[in-house]
Amino acid sequence: MKRFLSGNDAVAEAVRLCRTQLVAAYPITPQTPIYERLSEWEAKDELGGEMMRTESEHSAMAACLSASLTGIRTFTATSSQGLALMHEMLHFAAGCRTSVVMANVNRTLAAPWAFWSDQTDSLSQRDTGWIQIYCEDGQEALDSVIQAFRLAEKVLLPCMVILEAHYISHFMEPVDVPDQALVDSFVPKVDLPRRFDLDNPGYVMPTVNQKQFMEFKRLSQEAMELSLEVIEGIDREFAAVFGRGYGIIDSVNTEDADLVLVTTASITSTARIAVARLREKGLKIGLVKIRLFRPFPVQALRDVLDKAPRIAVIDRNISIGREGIFCSELKAALVHSPVKKRIQGYLAGLGGVDVDVELLERIVMDCLERKEVLDGPVWMMEE
Amino acid sequence: MLAEKTQPDEVMRSGHLACPGCGHAIGVRMVLKALGNRAVVVVVPSCVAVISGPFPNAAFGLPVFHSAFEIAAPTAAGISRALKIQGKGDIPVLAFAGDGGTFDIGLQSLSGAADRNEDFIYVCMDNEAYMNTGIQVSSATPQFAWTGTSPAGNTRRKKQIMEIMAAHRIPYAATASIGFPEDLMNKVKRAREIQGTRFIHILSPCPTGWKMGEDMSPVAAAAAVETNIFPLYEILDGIHYKLNYQSRNLPVEKYLMIQGRFRHLKPQQIEAVQAETDRLWKGLIRRVGIESC
Repeated sequence: MKRFLSGNDAVAEAVRLCRTQLVAAYPITPQTPIYERLSEWEAKDELGGEMMRTESEHSAMAACLSASLTGIRTFTATSSQGLALMHEMLHFAAGCRTSVVMANVNRTLAAPWAFWSDQTDSLSQRDTGWIQIYCEDGQEALDSVIQAFRLAEKVLLPCMVILEAHYISHFMEPVDVPDQALVDSFVPKVDLPRRFDLDNPGYVMPTVNQKQFMEFKRLSQEAMELSLEVIEGIDREFAAVFGRGYGIIDSVNTEDADLVLVTTASITSTARIAVARLREKGLKIGLVKIRLFRPFPVQALRDVLDKAPRIAVIDRNISIGREGIFCSELKAALVHSPVKKRIQGYLAGLGGVDVDVELLERIVMDCLERKEVLDGPVWMMEE
Repeated sequence: MLAEKTQPDEVMRSGHLACPGCGHAIGVRMVLKALGNRAVVVVVPSCVAVISGPFPNAAFGLPVFHSAFEIAAPTAAGISRALKIQGKGDIPVLAFAGDGGTFDIGLQSLSGAADRNEDFIYVCMDNEAYMNTGIQVSSATPQFAWTGTSPAGNTRRKKQIMEIMAAHRIPYAATASIGFPEDLMNKVKRAREIQGTRFIHILSPCPTGWKMGEDMSPVAAAAAVETNIFPLYEILDGIHYKLNYQSRNLPVEKYLMIQGRFRHLKPQQIEAVQAETDRLWKGLIRRVGIESC
């Protein structure tokens, strides 16, 4: 049924629909409405699972991961400073091969203090071993949470579903909330390994030696690589059941494009309009949206971008001292492509600055007219 | 295997990695024996996590999870909640943390779990410094004690962790000593029968860090009780105090002088320790007295 929901509410609906058994969380703007909504349902006995109101995000992740190892379905939501505080436990949740699902609402990391959309918080968690899915709107956030539970429990890796502060978390739009029966048919009953079996006692996460450590990491990498196929399969199945699919990337008009814009998250929606307008003007512009960040969809991106003569990557994030993080990742993924010297990074929308159609058109024109691409980023400040 | 055959109620196996004469090896063995093997145990970075064995060996005969340093309490809470959700609420969950993991870095998460009265037994194995990393001062280190990071003697007094836990109004808090095995094991058994957050503070000497002989752990632990430096008592619901053992009121010198970490103490420092011990003891007696009136 279509309902008028914020992105946060859409996430909460998905958590309930997936019959999540334990939610451990801590308030932080702009994630808090997820925590509040789930608490309201718990109070009215409509949640199904139970809440643990921890004293920090660090403890929330500690509880989620140990509960997941015990064999139940767990969820938490956070943002920004909360995610940064969790950092140690993110490595732990992935290293233990748990199936924790988390929604992160992208928000600026201090300093300076701010409360708006910026992807640097979740991208800073790149190397923690979590699957990361970046969502374009509220509907995709809801659907991605449902997919995430299937995925995390299948590959035994934790999964982060990422939506942007305000642009998605607080903007209300029509969202299709699927029927419980349909979700039940898609997300099976929990069947996770129960690591604390009294009849077969073992030591979970003891100290290992050098060679054992390296072998554990190799196994995690192998699981992450295998998960690429699993994610695509789950998304295809999701499309068959729910009538919507997203892919691990999305590409529009890339075949004949003189320039391809590469975007993520909510900026993609605006870019769809910008590209359509530029096409009307006769400019051959394509668009690629990166939805999956870890594992990074190298082959899928090569398939659509290998022959693109010019690529403009838009980043609402920065690795200080280098450039936008998606840009660096894309350059690395395309390093063996036949066409060289064609990827230009643009920093736009940091700190929640609005990225509108006009700004995207400026980026396109800059990239088309640019004689030589720079190794570093171009800052798209207000004119 | 021989130990298991001859002593079927032992949960801790031989072959652990404790230093010779370690108080923890004795204390953990007693705790696990009283707990039984139908339980789940959490360990965090501390000497206990070393003692429990490196992969693929395991010294404890029950499921153990080695979690991160500052989260013994929420980790145990997560397992306890999950077991209840699975309909296995009868399985007790017990977390071991050291004094650093309890008094210092884990205090926030312990406070949060205790505030929510999460259902687990928390055992602080207190050897009064960061021994696992090689003897550094913690807020559980007694005043004047030598450690590698308090080479001139610790300037601070030991944090009163039992008062902090009592302030959370948890159903059960108790001190115990490896010098009093029966009392220690009875407290674990009592804790096992109670629902909610249960806290047991065990003083467990470290011959290496306290600079004593390998045969001195039980002696020092008993001396701490007999000098009133570490009285044995329980606090029910944060308010009802019960003294479990009437000590011999020995002078603190009897405890301090058997340990190399206090060997540098001057007479006035020993007097200061005596005065502080007397002050805290009177406070405890007053609490016990008020409740028993």
